[in-house]
Amino acid sequence: MMFRMIAIVAALGLALAGSAEAQTPRKGGTIRMTAPYGSSFTSLDIHTTQRAQDEIYAKALHRSLYIWNSAEGKPVPELAKEVVVSGGGLVYTFKLRDDAYFHNGRKMTADDVIWTYNRIMDGTKAYPGARFVRIIEGAAAVEKGQAKEISGLKKIDDFTVEMKLTEKVDPGFYFFTALTSIYPADEAAKDSFIQHPIGLGPFKFVEHVPGSRIVLERWDRFYKPGKPYADKVIVSIMGEAAARDVAFRNKEIDTSVLGPAQYVAYQADPNLKGTIVEVAEVFTRYMGMNPAFKPFADKRVRQAINYAIDTDLIINKLVKGKAYRATSWLPLTSPAYDKTMKPYPFDPAKAKQLLAEAGYPQGFEFEWTTSQNESWGLPIVSAVIPMLDRVGIKAKVKQVETAVLAEVVRTGDYQAFIYSQQSGPDPLAALKCFHSSTPQPACNYMNFKNAEFDKILDEAGQADDAAKRTQLLQKANALLYEEAPVWFFNYNKAVMAVQPWLHGIQLNPTELTHQNAEELWVDETSPAK
Amino acid sequence: MLSFLIRRLLQTIPTVLAVVLLVFVLFSVVPGSIASSMSDDADPHVELRLKQQLGLNDPVYVRFGNYIAKLTTGDFGTSFRTREPVTTMVAKRAWPTLQLIFTAMAFSVLLGVPLGFIAALRPGGLVDSAAMVLAVSGLSIAKFWLGLVLMYLFALKLGWLPSFGYGDGGLKYLLLPAITLGVSPMALFARTTRAAVLEIMTADFVRTARSKGMSETRVVKWHVMRNALVIILTTVGLQFGGLMGQAVVVEKLFSWPGIGSLLVDSVLQRDIPAVQGSILVVVLAFLALNLLIDVLYGVIDPRIRYA
Repeated sequence: MMFRMIAIVAALGLALAGSAEAQTPRKGGTIRMTAPYGSSFTSLDIHTTQRAQDEIYAKALHRSLYIWNSAEGKPVPELAKEVVVSGGGLVYTFKLRDDAYFHNGRKMTADDVIWTYNRIMDGTKAYPGARFVRIIEGAAAVEKGQAKEISGLKKIDDFTVEMKLTEKVDPGFYFFTALTSIYPADEAAKDSFIQHPIGLGPFKFVEHVPGSRIVLERWDRFYKPGKPYADKVIVSIMGEAAARDVAFRNKEIDTSVLGPAQYVAYQADPNLKGTIVEVAEVFTRYMGMNPAFKPFADKRVRQAINYAIDTDLIINKLVKGKAYRATSWLPLTSPAYDKTMKPYPFDPAKAKQLLAEAGYPQGFEFEWTTSQNESWGLPIVSAVIPMLDRVGIKAKVKQVETAVLAEVVRTGDYQAFIYSQQSGPDPLAALKCFHSSTPQPACNYMNFKNAEFDKILDEAGQADDAAKRTQLLQKANALLYEEAPVWFFNYNKAVMAVQPWLHGIQLNPTELTHQNAEELWVDETSPAK
Repeated sequence: MLSFLIRRLLQTIPTVLAVVLLVFVLFSVVPGSIASSMSDDADPHVELRLKQQLGLNDPVYVRFGNYIAKLTTGDFGTSFRTREPVTTMVAKRAWPTLQLIFTAMAFSVLLGVPLGFIAALRPGGLVDSAAMVLAVSGLSIAKFWLGLVLMYLFALKLGWLPSFGYGDGGLKYLLLPAITLGVSPMALFARTTRAAVLEIMTADFVRTARSKGMSETRVVKWHVMRNALVIILTTVGLQFGGLMGQAVVVEKLFSWPGIGSLLVDSVLQRDIPAVQGSILVVVLAFLALNLLIDVLYGVIDPRIRYA
């Protein structure tokens, strides 16, 4: 189902991927990727950083228990050859690969997996991957300092691990990101590890020039026969879109993420049009409304906001078509996306009527906290303000830095804010952010509480039948749409330009820049040696 | 000279302390915390423990005291973000920034000063007008835009130089960012030199020298140049500080691994030890350069004494 959806939203990209499959991958060459998200790599200890930027290199250097398979549209086991589920869906037994070697030549064992998850739960370090490992029984106790080891993890033998979960979820969605990369036990505790990381991935670490690039080279003992194809991967930090544009046109880099303005320019350029790949990423952009601020406590007011804004106009004119209109929370590439859902129409009259019914015939005033982000920040807010003004709602802008916005959102210190939040790939996890048991600082940023929603979602969580689960998730998503805790703005359309000599690009909806590097290869037309 | 040097070095201590204190206080009051930078799902209990471990729950004066104590042993602390010693981080970034700044300065002096001289020797002439148009343009041009134009021209159109990156730190990687950074001071040097030379040309000692029959070449060489150099040197000293501030734009644009981009990244992620370390190094470098300029004054002009 997800594959079909990706095919719809990224026909062009698939055509490119399809042509790549038709050729025989070439061994050798250098892949030159770019890290486009502004600043330097946060750290070479990938457990410490949740930024998409860092995972670009980590996908080549490290491996987790699962991996995202873009063709299948779901996480699949990576470091395990076999996974047996028992205990009513709560116990997972992983038969690990016995041919996975760390870059120091040591074979990975069950001890490494257990050591890694225990490390991530060190409550004194606030490792961001803790949010995923918390689904293992006893992990929270380690985080709180009440236990030394995660009780739900058991070594059966050197290559078998048993994992007891606290709830019936697919652990694949929790253990595929680099935040839960498996480290070599003991070696990773040494100070030198931060300078010279050791992973299980297809490429090993060579060099880090902070603020400029990371260089990796082929790991010959990688467990997938014949892979990786390339000899070397270079990931350059290039936060400036205009500089990336020159470098891409100058054939100095093989991939470049495009912003709205470049998206338009590349589409219009016959030489560059064919380089574009695009995918609906699992991020929803929205304006969150605080129910503690009186007008927003009324559902009709929240719905009125959705009716009052000409969202299509903003997507077309300001975002330059580099987004998909949101129809509730779950994005197009979510396995539970309901394509029968329609977005709120632009209907200011209906908005006025709803406001009058809610007791605000003259409208009201609120403070809107925003960052400067061009796709979901100040420019969007500035365009929306006159639209809201037309129905009597006055918005005052409060501009903050992105880091401050993250804190404002977590602490609930706002009347309204505009943000981009992960809404996938696991629809259950994405919707759980609206469950009343989810604390606001976790991801229930609008402090949403609705008993009926909780009930449906709990039922979905218990459902064994996949179809039934999807049906319940769609029902919960529809209820969320009706309750409108947010203005449903858009789902991100990620766009990347890819040089014609680079093949094997995966249309990864979790983050397009995150490529399983062993699948990539460059043909002989690449100008890089 | 030695006592002058010692006195000047002692004078830097309160300056450095004031800067460290200021940065400390600023980062104690700005919103945003390291915990929210690290994880947008940090359990409040974990956040508390993290802050405790990093010593962030202590009062500002205690933290400041601890920091100063560490500084005296040469320890800049550990980065919240990378978990590396700040000293190592700063050391890695200092050399690329120095490379960039010194090359930019060399470019600007070698081009700007002769340009100003030539312009001043024929005031109102074609060269003078052209040089001053160039100078005004150089001062007003935005670095970001200039950098892009240079990339477009020298990398994309002519294919002479790489458009970005550090490479092996060699000159071909250094040229475009250094020129981008150097154009503005180059323009300033041209203007300053021109103004200085024009002023000195009308000074009494120049008139005296001419009236004594000294050739124009000797007048320019022995009187004008030497006196103008003191003014130019002052401008160079002031420009070093400016270049350090402006380097961040260039470093970001060209993916140059300097201290400027380290500072900005650290500020955005609330990595206080790294911010403090970077600022401290920049301030120390600035003070050292100013000291060097003061010493050079004496070499050029013996009238300046170090009493």
